[in-house]
Order: sequence, then structure tokens, then C-alpha cells
Amino acid sequence: MSDIAERVKKIVVEHLGVEAAQVKEDAKFIDDLGADSLDTVELVMAFEEEFAIEIPDDAAEKIQTVGDAIGFIKSNAKS
Amino acid sequence: MFDLSGKTALVTGASGGIGGAIARALHRQGATVTLSGTRAEALEQLKASLGERAHVVAAKMDDAADIDRLAKEAEAAMGKLDILVNNAGITRDNISMRMKDEEWEKVLQVNLTGTFRLTRAVMRGMMKRRFGRVVSITSIVGVTGNPGQANYAAAKAGLIGMSKSLAQELASRGITVNCVAPGFIATPMTDGLTDDQKKGILARVPADRLGTPDEIAAGVVYLASEEAAYVTGQTLHINGGMAMI
Repeated sequence: MSDIAERVKKIVVEHLGVEAAQVKEDAKFIDDLGADSLDTVELVMAFEEEFAIEIPDDAAEKIQTVGDAIGFIKSNAKS
Repeated sequence: MFDLSGKTALVTGASGGIGGAIARALHRQGATVTLSGTRAEALEQLKASLGERAHVVAAKMDDAADIDRLAKEAEAAMGKLDILVNNAGITRDNISMRMKDEEWEKVLQVNLTGTFRLTRAVMRGMMKRRFGRVVSITSIVGVTGNPGQANYAAAKAGLIGMSKSLAQELASRGITVNCVAPGFIATPMTDGLTDDQKKGILARVPADRLGTPDEIAAGVVYLASEEAAYVTGQTLHINGGMAMI
């Protein structure tokens, strides 16, 4: 399970070009990690690909922090 | 210049005069093309004349599910989609006093809503690959208006506003969104005009002739090219000087 958190954080680091230390679970993508609205769409796309899941738009809108993403994926991912 | 080898393009309305010329021009520059439209037979003929690097996916632009299917099948056929040319369009001309709701709605649905839906459907792949070219064929009447074409002019003006908005949303991802606005072009549509009508039109065109579909296609090739990477949110008017905006 912690593996999911690590993979999520890795994607966030790569995608937003931030330091791993900044990617805490309560970090907000837009307010804390400098993402713009397109970045959040792309992060969701990257999560979908990495974990082979579909994240519907209404669920994607609720994913605002690193922890939100990990939580959603933990309860929906197969692998 | 303007080499499109290795690029893939989807052209809607490819069975028409301008759409066919655009598809041929992109293909000539080296692109793989998917031809879409409603007339499957005409599309197959065009495909046969192009030879390799050509696919056909017929679709109706007033059907949301069909549009999603078109985006998926075009990407599947070509492996990716780099260039989208939104050329599909219809007219239902009538003076406004007599224009029926169906005539208004149909034109808006096909020319504007369908174009938005298709563009939205292909954005995802373009964003991922950090490259995309969206070129929508609008019309001079979208800027100047034209009696009898309130619906068509509104839809074409809508495309310009839509493109400017998308251009701002997507510029940071290497995706450009532009319009080409033809004036009067010699196509089967204008062949139906009487000599008097043609004379009336030409009186307003400094170049004193109708344009050709190839002259529109050349503008599309430019906007689809790597060289046009810094051009976005623009409308390229190709109209023999009929309107200078």
C-alpha cells in the first residue's frame, strides 16, 4: 500500500518539477506545489495510466492534495 | 519547409471541395491522414487516390457518441493524432424572419458544437505528447456577417472565439489552435451560383476571381507545420482582399 503512495509522489515530483520533500500528503497541488489547472488534469491522466484506472471528472475535481490522490487510488486501484 | 513527414492528421468534411484539397495537401507534405465525413463512398474514392498513409472513418458531427468514436478510431488507425482540421460544416440559409429553429440549431450543432466536441476529444493525446495543431475552417461571413446566413455566421464567429480560448488554455503544452477563414472559393457549392450572382460577388473581391480550394489548403498546411509553432489564436483570412481585418 505504501508503494502506491511512493508511486504517486514520484509522478508528482516528475510532473511538477518539485522537490520530493515538498510532496507531503497534505500538500495542495495548486496552492502548495505550483500546479496550474492543466497540470492537475495531466496529473490525473498520469495517475490513470500508472495505475490502470479511470478517474471520472467529478472524482478528479475532488483530488486537490497528494493525500487525496493516494486515497482515491488506494480505494480504486487493482495493482 | 512545412514538411509533415511522420505527422498524422484528421480532416473532417473531407468529402467536400475544400476538405478534400486540405487532405491532399497535408498528405502531399508527408502526413498520414484520416478522412472523415458523412459520404463514405466519396471518402473511399479520395483514400484510393491518395494511396498509402490514408484512412477513412465516416462520422456524423451532430452525434456526440459518433464524434467520440471518430476520435478514438482515428487515433487507433494512425497511432496518434497530431493535427486536427475541423472543416466539416453545413449551411441552412434563410432570412432571419423565416429561419426555423431547426435550421438554426442544426447549423450550430454541426458547425460549432460538433467541432468543440471533437477538439475536446483529441486534446488529451496532444497534451500528453506536448504537440498539437488544431485548425478550424471558419468563414469570412463569421466576421462580416451575411444576409440569409445568421445561423452560419454565428457558428463561424463562434469557432473564432472558441479557438482563441482553447489557444490560451493549450499554448503552454505545445498545442496551437487557429482558424482559416476562406472568402469565396470555387467549389461545387459555388458552382451552383448564376453568372449574375458570381458577378455580384466578384465586384467585392479586389483579386477579381474566386479562390481555389488549394489556396485554402496551403494556409492549413502552414498552420499545421512545425514552423508555425509561435502562431496561435489567429485567424488567417484567405479571400482575395474581399475583407481586410
